[in-house]
Amino acid sequence: MSDTQEVLRLEGLRKVYNPGTPQELEVLHGLDMRLARGELTALIGPSGSGKSTLLNVIGLLDSPSAGELYLLGQPTRTLDDEARTRLRNEAIGFVFQFHHLISAFSVLDNVLMPLMIRHGKPEPADVQLAEQLLAQVGLEGFAGKRAGQLSGGQQQRVAIARALVTRPALLLADEPTGNLDTRTAEQVFELFREINREFGCAVLVVTHDPRLSASCRRSIELVDGRIVRDTGVA
Amino acid sequence: MRWLDALWLEWKIALAFLFDNKLQTLLIMVGIAVGSAVIVFITALITGLQANVIERTLGTQAHLKVQMPDDANRVLPAPDGAVALVLESPRAQRLRSLSNWQALRDLLDGQPQVLAVSPLATGPAIARRGLARASVALMGIDPDRYQRIVPVARDLVAGRFSIEGDQVAIGSELAKDLGLSVGDKLRLDGGQGRELIMRVAGIFELGVRELDSRYVYLDLRQAQILLDLPGGVTQIDLTVEEIFAAEEIAERLARLTGMQAESWMATNGQLLNALSSQTMTTQMIRIFVGLSVAFGIASVLAVSVVQRTREIGILRAMGSPRRQVMRVFLLQGGLLGLAGSALGGLVGWALVMVFNLMGPGLFFVQVPTGLVLSAMGVATLTGVLAAVAPARRAARYDPAVAIRYV
Repeated sequence: MSDTQEVLRLEGLRKVYNPGTPQELEVLHGLDMRLARGELTALIGPSGSGKSTLLNVIGLLDSPSAGELYLLGQPTRTLDDEARTRLRNEAIGFVFQFHHLISAFSVLDNVLMPLMIRHGKPEPADVQLAEQLLAQVGLEGFAGKRAGQLSGGQQQRVAIARALVTRPALLLADEPTGNLDTRTAEQVFELFREINREFGCAVLVVTHDPRLSASCRRSIELVDGRIVRDTGVA
Repeated sequence: MRWLDALWLEWKIALAFLFDNKLQTLLIMVGIAVGSAVIVFITALITGLQANVIERTLGTQAHLKVQMPDDANRVLPAPDGAVALVLESPRAQRLRSLSNWQALRDLLDGQPQVLAVSPLATGPAIARRGLARASVALMGIDPDRYQRIVPVARDLVAGRFSIEGDQVAIGSELAKDLGLSVGDKLRLDGGQGRELIMRVAGIFELGVRELDSRYVYLDLRQAQILLDLPGGVTQIDLTVEEIFAAEEIAERLARLTGMQAESWMATNGQLLNALSSQTMTTQMIRIFVGLSVAFGIASVLAVSVVQRTREIGILRAMGSPRRQVMRVFLLQGGLLGLAGSALGGLVGWALVMVFNLMGPGLFFVQVPTGLVLSAMGVATLTGVLAAVAPARRAARYDPAVAIRYV
């Protein structure tokens, strides 16, 4: 794997909560990990194993206590909030368990949000891309609807379209099917595979769903803040 | 436009948040509107009232007058080592002409902030017609100059304001007392046998009973004859640009001329006192209403920030900088202030119109556009300032925590 293909690299990444206090809690104990472009990876593990913390750190929502996180080859630990925020907008797409749309906006505006954050009023090309993504997630004709009017599965698909609108190098999903019924979950997951193939971004999915993890080429198992298994590395 | 474009998303989100929670927005808007309506109404009313009172007061008198200093006893200083006990009775103030008044007039004409200068010879006299007598105040004037101080012609009820030769203008009360109408003759007695027979050319009504029953306007030279002031004037009346600067200007002119200068503010001390306490009361009401509006906006936005915690988390996760989140809430505060006060300005204006229609009707109150605009400006600024604390809180949210907030 050449360096240009590398999207994410963790080196001795540690996360300690409340350092120096009696409530000190080390959640991640020195993780090393690489994700390459085009990889579809499941992050599994029991509750409390640190999956969500790891996802927050990788998603630059939280910063590591020690070690280094390289995103697209760029070290991120010393970046200030502004630079991390910008990098988050440029390189990362999020899909959360509770789809997290902004209900005050239309479906189209929700999808366009990361681009509007980046450069204000959307260009016609932006709108075209958003509509195309909505069609791809099977929501053609839903652009004008209010986000709150959609079903859970539909909202999750809007969230996926939103995560992709910036064409991120890394797509992070936290239990994206945890809140959906089996059939809808299957559809959403199929969508992830499709997107991974088509966009070639690295996808990291936190999941409890064994069928979901089984369908990923690679799966990383986290137990008590340590990687205990990493199968199918590209 | 670049600036607007840069804040495009902030506007969009702020408006969406405000419209999304219509009831909350409506309630606080009504609160702000009531507050600004009260401010606009009370300010317009008090300003109108004060302007009216001042106009009525100053409509019939000069802003300041320059006179000779009062005659005073000169006491010989006691020789060294001696103690002088002085029993002094004040001097009677006789009518005296201002020394070198033509030069003084020209000097005052050239003073900054002075709008009009009018020398006059004024003093007491008796007006007689047949057996009826009335004590009057002679006002010997240069009509062109004097009209710029008190526009008597505006208040004429009969005849013309012409005082050439033997013509005089008298007040309506005096005309009634002596049974005079335009064209009638009356005898003016300045004392010590100085008498003139004059003809009534005009009758005025200044609206102040005291003046309408005493003032007799006549030519300066006739007054000089009656008052035994050949070529002299007793005082110079002035109007100034800024009426509330009159006292300051009076002090300056007194120092400059060595004369005694008295402003309307000194002669109407009580009125001025009443006006300034009124202004202070209005100011207090404005401050407290403004404060309650500010706290209202702040508390609504504080609630809104909590309600929007998850959405703020989403925005931050998608790469929205802290400052952008902060601006969204500052904008909401400003928009609430602006829209609420626009509504309030309208309501305040309507209240004033209702007052004009149904109130005591003593005077007509105007609502200056500037007042409504400045109320809106202040309310908008208040909204933005009130939003600072909630907006900072929103900007400080940890996105990882906020996004999981339920």
